Amino acid sequence: MTDTNKLIIPKVPSPFKVMAAKEITDLIRSWRFTLLLLLVFFTFAASMYIGVSNIRTVFNNTQDPDHAFLYLKLLTGGDGSMPPFHILLSFLAPLLGISMGFDAINTEMNAGTLTRLIAQPIYRDNILLAKIYSPIVITATLFFSLSLLMIGSGLLITGVRIEPQEVLRIMGFTLTTVIYIGFYLSLAILFSIIFRQPATSALSVLGIWLFFTVFYPMLVNLAVKAFMPDPAYLTQSQLMGYNELILNILRIAPNQLYSDAATTLLMPSVRSLGPMSMEQLSGAIPAPLPVRESLMIVWPQISGMIAFSVACFALAYYLFMRREIRS
Amino acid sequence: MDPIIKLQDLSKHYGSQKAVNKLSLEINRGEIFGLLGPNGAGKTTSILMVLGLTEPDSGSATVCGYDATRNPILIKRKVGYMPDHLGFYPQMTGMENLRYIARLNGLDEASISQRTSTVLELVGLKDAGNKKTSAYSRGMKQRLGLAEVLIKSPEVIILDEPTLGIDPAGVKEFLELIKRLSAGQGLTVLLSSHHLHHVQQVCDRVGIFVDGELLAQGTLTDLSRELFGNTGLETVIQLENIPKSIDYLKRTFASNASIDAFDISGEVLMFRTTEDITPKLIRTIIESGEDILSVSKKEYGLDEIYQRYFENSNSKTSKGETGTL
Repeated sequence: MTDTNKLIIPKVPSPFKVMAAKEITDLIRSWRFTLLLLLVFFTFAASMYIGVSNIRTVFNNTQDPDHAFLYLKLLTGGDGSMPPFHILLSFLAPLLGISMGFDAINTEMNAGTLTRLIAQPIYRDNILLAKIYSPIVITATLFFSLSLLMIGSGLLITGVRIEPQEVLRIMGFTLTTVIYIGFYLSLAILFSIIFRQPATSALSVLGIWLFFTVFYPMLVNLAVKAFMPDPAYLTQSQLMGYNELILNILRIAPNQLYSDAATTLLMPSVRSLGPMSMEQLSGAIPAPLPVRESLMIVWPQISGMIAFSVACFALAYYLFMRREIRS
Repeated sequence: MDPIIKLQDLSKHYGSQKAVNKLSLEINRGEIFGLLGPNGAGKTTSILMVLGLTEPDSGSATVCGYDATRNPILIKRKVGYMPDHLGFYPQMTGMENLRYIARLNGLDEASISQRTSTVLELVGLKDAGNKKTSAYSRGMKQRLGLAEVLIKSPEVIILDEPTLGIDPAGVKEFLELIKRLSAGQGLTVLLSSHHLHHVQQVCDRVGIFVDGELLAQGTLTDLSRELFGNTGLETVIQLENIPKSIDYLKRTFASNASIDAFDISGEVLMFRTTEDITPKLIRTIIESGEDILSVSKKEYGLDEIYQRYFENSNSKTSKGETGTL
């Protein structure tokens, strides 16, 4: 048997591909993914329903410079009974990332499968890469199909042609969402390497998520109230400076970055994420920006999120490669 | 013939604690070598260094002609390793677990199905192959572990505590399986254990490993000769009554050059002699007018070998365990 193998060398998939395939299978078959999938799908369906039922009023609202972007309005529009899809996603996406990463390494370590895995002729970093690659592939597939589903059903329901600009914006928004999930995923994987108990790592990442979404803005507000001088005594430019500073502090939180980026991409008339002076605004016609300009505005946000993710993953990589694995 | 595993002055520290200290060892092709030592002696650490899973602080490990620190991948292609606490993906069947490992080893799909069924049959898990591993018993997992080690057609297999936690019948069967495989496929086997009796059943050679140091190596007969060759024999004689002329006996025994030490406590007389002088002792005692109930010669068996090597270390190992975390 081994002799014939030597004669014909068949093409076999690389260990990385084998591991990624196995990880993807495991994730898709897991209960938690099914539950989250349902959650995301219901959120999507609910916001689509509201979007579609309000589309007539929104579309006819000529006061809104963005009113002509039917498909963007489907995503962002609503009657206020439910937050728009991208805001809901800024809560849901971290959950998705955390749930797929918090037990990536430690469960395998505790189960004794990791020891067997690293005794195979594979590079150790392939394990970690497969652990981050597979969830990203799954979430990317999920969100891109949701977007395409949205566009397709929009086409069917309204019969309105989609602008190329809208396609680019929606895809940009989807990509941003995937990057945002990637950040929480790499954070969760990092914690799964640091802590041996999956419960500890899950709670720690959830703690960080909760801190950034709930407590961080509150803390910043408190600090601002305590340290900022009375606005009545400040000049216009000083006030602007303070405003800018507060916004920048808030932007340490990844969810702030995400909602900034998502808002700008989905609402073409958003032309700045910071305060603007009257001089800057004077003469500006409230009109939608081209895609390129919107992308220029959100680029710092997106690169910030990528940087966060890469930093977490680099740390995870460092810790994992140097760790001695024994059962 | 070159040894297939060659360790030279291998050392590893964890902080201030020496896990392995200057381990030098050679294992020949086709041999079953048993690494014997109490928990925390550094067996697992040494094995990890052989596989290149842990970097030694100093020294080198050469396996199948490759340096373990520099070429771990090449070594892992030829060496199968079964860790002591092995686990499988519970959501997959035994067969699927096996296939996964086979794919990671770069076997092509066509030969995988053939090979998995061959290997499963070899370890006696043919019927359980399609059961989820979460339903496997400890012994079955151990067999599946062995199957997984064999699937890559290794030259060397390293088994860390393979008999841990299986019942005596299972142990016997498992060890026989290993022995059969080694003989049938010319495999080199390195197995670690703290069970001397298990090691004794299969191993050609044994290394005794305590506190990170290899105290002795060789066949079991060699070891016992080396250990007890100079300490002599022990003879215990039980008398019917407490001897009347203790002083006379003491004087006689003391003048005998063959007796290293003796002890008279009540009716029991104990002698440690350099050679077998039991008949002479009996005659002396009978001539002094005592009645003998029984005579027993103490044989140095496995238990004594074990005891002798580990009694010194037991007090030390309790300070901290390094072997299996």
